[in-house]
Amino acid sequence: MSTQPALMQTISALFKRDLLLAFRSRGDLLNPLMFFLMVTSLFPLAVSPDPKFLGDIAPGVIWVGALLATLLSLDLLFKSDFEDGALEQLLVLPQPTFFLILAKVAVHWLVAGLPLTLIAPLLGLMLGLPEGGYGPLMLSLLLGTPTLSLLGAIGAGLTVGLRKGGMLMPLLILPLYIPILIFAASAVQTGVQGEPVTGHLLFLGAYLAFAVAVCPIAAGAALKISVAR
Amino acid sequence: MSLGSNNTSAWLVANGLRCERDDRVLFQDLSFALGAGDIARITGPNGAGKSTLIRILIGLSAGYEGELLWQGDAMARNQYDFFANLLYLGHQPGVKANLTPEENLRWNCRDASREDIYAALEQVGLRGYEDVQASSLSAGQHRRVALARLYVAPPKVWILDEPFTAIDKQGVAKLEQTIIDHAQQGGLVILTTHHDLAVPVKHIELGGPVDPVDHTTEEAGL
Repeated sequence: MSTQPALMQTISALFKRDLLLAFRSRGDLLNPLMFFLMVTSLFPLAVSPDPKFLGDIAPGVIWVGALLATLLSLDLLFKSDFEDGALEQLLVLPQPTFFLILAKVAVHWLVAGLPLTLIAPLLGLMLGLPEGGYGPLMLSLLLGTPTLSLLGAIGAGLTVGLRKGGMLMPLLILPLYIPILIFAASAVQTGVQGEPVTGHLLFLGAYLAFAVAVCPIAAGAALKISVAR
Repeated sequence: MSLGSNNTSAWLVANGLRCERDDRVLFQDLSFALGAGDIARITGPNGAGKSTLIRILIGLSAGYEGELLWQGDAMARNQYDFFANLLYLGHQPGVKANLTPEENLRWNCRDASREDIYAALEQVGLRGYEDVQASSLSAGQHRRVALARLYVAPPKVWILDEPFTAIDKQGVAKLEQTIIDHAQQGGLVILTTHHDLAVPVKHIELGGPVDPVDHTTEEAGL
């Protein structure tokens, strides 16, 4: 059938369009990153400059910072599409919304989650994270941030039509984020103590696989509700 | 009602549509059958539910009762086929302000060649603006970027919500001709507008608050 190439073509066109749009408004992309930097760099000033203490709290601080920074960036997902009508156009495409949303989330992760992951070791260094923590930190962020984007798509889809959705979205999404935070931060802790972290990472991987399968469906339904008004 | 003769060729059939919003009946017993060569104009005063009807037709609003058929099958089951043949322009035309007209068209018409896209932009008078970001275009030009889709290998069914908004006089005349041409070439156009078209069209009339006894009139699909 000719539908298969059209599907791939549409997905890659959407992917490229969204990347281009992200590039054109790159100022917006800096906000979550700046937030992440500020939160983590203020901790030593406010709490204690003791390297031992900072090294202990570094996994938690970095992960909380990354999680909140992702929450901040979720508005980028559907807001502008909703406002200029591109979202309606997306929903009347003959291709399944599942793949279209997956493409949009992939772009969101590339411009939000990936930069957070890449800058994290620098912050680890700043907070004096012990050597064994860097590997688990990077791996947990690599596995965890895509899940944050995917789960966030549901919340962003549900609240995109609300004028004051800013407060509602964290309430909806944070409970789903908690397992990631617990397992990721403890993966880094465990790594610091020199013990194997495979179990934690496997959980994060499983959660990611689950999110890939389920979140685009839920987000698609949420978007349809938001557009229907 | 010679349903038999016309129904075989009808693409889009509505039977007894009824929509209620905020405890107010927008329309009820609305039936029409539209097919190749039809231009259907949805008329009615402001707030009569014209845009709502359009959103119901394209599946963006599920709050209705009644039956909607595409090519003889229930719309819900046949929706992807309908979408493959649909060009929809809403109030917000979906033009990205941070993209140029060319990039906007490239996304909306993924099969089109560069020449097709340039020709379409020429048709809507945006030649020379290909590389200007849509955010620096005027409202009318913004609208024209969306309308350029009508000139690039257009699908069979056009559903246009107020297509003439913000378009200048020459533009309106040209757009009107385009719509008429599309219908004459066997397409179907459904639109809402307060502008009178030069050719006879089918009317789907929605009248303000509906009296339960006085059923919404229906002239289409005779």
